[in-house]
Amino acid sequence: MNLTLKIWRQKNNSDKGGFKEYKIGGISKDMSFLEMLDVLNEELSEKGEDPVHFDHDCREGICGMCSLYINGKPHGPQQTTTCQLHMRSFNDGETITIEPWRAKAFPVMKDLVVDRSAFDRIIQAGGYVSVNTGGVPDANEIPIPKTLADQAMDAAQCIGCGACVAACKNASAMLFTSAKISQLALLPQGQVERKRRAEQMVAQMDAEGFGACTNTGACEAECPKSISITNIARMNREYFTAVVSSNNL
Amino acid sequence: MSWVSKTLSSTLGKKLIMALTGLFLILFLIGHVSGNTLLFKNDGGEAFNIYAKFMTTNPAVKLLSYITYISVLAHVVYSIILTKSNKTARPIGYAISKSETNSAWSSRNMGVLGTIVLIFIVIHLQGFWYKMHWGNLPMVEYNGEQYKDLFAIVQFAFQQEWLVALYVLSMVFLGFHLSHGFSSAFQTLGLNHVKYSPAIKKIGLAFSIIVPALFASMPLYIYFMY
Repeated sequence: MNLTLKIWRQKNNSDKGGFKEYKIGGISKDMSFLEMLDVLNEELSEKGEDPVHFDHDCREGICGMCSLYINGKPHGPQQTTTCQLHMRSFNDGETITIEPWRAKAFPVMKDLVVDRSAFDRIIQAGGYVSVNTGGVPDANEIPIPKTLADQAMDAAQCIGCGACVAACKNASAMLFTSAKISQLALLPQGQVERKRRAEQMVAQMDAEGFGACTNTGACEAECPKSISITNIARMNREYFTAVVSSNNL
Repeated sequence: MSWVSKTLSSTLGKKLIMALTGLFLILFLIGHVSGNTLLFKNDGGEAFNIYAKFMTTNPAVKLLSYITYISVLAHVVYSIILTKSNKTARPIGYAISKSETNSAWSSRNMGVLGTIVLIFIVIHLQGFWYKMHWGNLPMVEYNGEQYKDLFAIVQFAFQQEWLVALYVLSMVFLGFHLSHGFSSAFQTLGLNHVKYSPAIKKIGLAFSIIVPALFASMPLYIYFMY
């Protein structure tokens, strides 16, 4: 495959940045998208140019490190992570536009790399979860209905990649925050700090400068882990219930 | 800051205000459209004029009307606040965005649709509501009691093609606004459930077609019948 790549290049956080075009040839359809970028970076390094910086880690679709807004969609045309996207999803001779996630709360550090530590701070705001210590508990000591366990596991699938924020017209982090609130709110183990967690995580989400939710459903449609917006409704219930009933003035 | 103002100034609190005021305005639309079907009664406007007097003098209706004014105002003010903060949440946009592949057009353009509806409301209030309250209307007498002949004003207004066209077009925009707003309000209130959400979606869609269509049929009826 021969491709034209239009890639966002930005030296650092304070640089204005802009698109740069690269021609690349000899790309196999079976390559992953990131392998294609590896080929480009090898060529750039050989020429003595600065390689394109992008985030990646496990390349197995489970760590949530890769990002990239490809041809107008987070993680590209397939509902997967960028590392699981293959070049067979593109046509020979195509121009591919690659941009970083765009959100005030996700500042661009270099090229396509954005700082997603705002997500870490939302998690931190949730605080600790009280658990019994001591001897090893018996399996199934705490009864949890299968349906609830499934819902909690579905919410816990979120890998925190930030595609929801990237897809949302308001750069809202509600799908992420709601998944993280839900996975604990649904389980018996999460009950002790349930109200405090909802209040503090929502407050941190606002403090980071993410937008509000318009319920367009774009986040759910683009999420590589198919996190549902029923979680956002649950977060709203959790939050409103918490603020009217907690002791936190 | 008290816990109430803290909650209402959070993004979720602001959305709560949008949802509650939106739902109240949906209830208002039901009342408004039901009452106005009296325009279809072929009695020279008698039932409609009696109804109009009741709506402007009854104290319970007065209270409801004040809640309606406040709802419209709050819905507009909070939409501006939310839109502003949503825009600042993404200072640099994308060069290419295929948002049409992941969301409905109306859901992404609620602000534009709402602005059009607001402009319509201003024109609409100026044309009928203002005249009914403070205008110099011709009087009619039914059973020895004096009534303002609002029906005559309606009849006169909808002889003008451009006004009929404006009303019908505005109702199309209202329909799109409602097609997202109805079910979205329930989602914001946290009411999303496998048992009820599909029904809410269907009722919302039906509502967004039937109510604006009924409203639009009124100027068309007057224009063609009188």
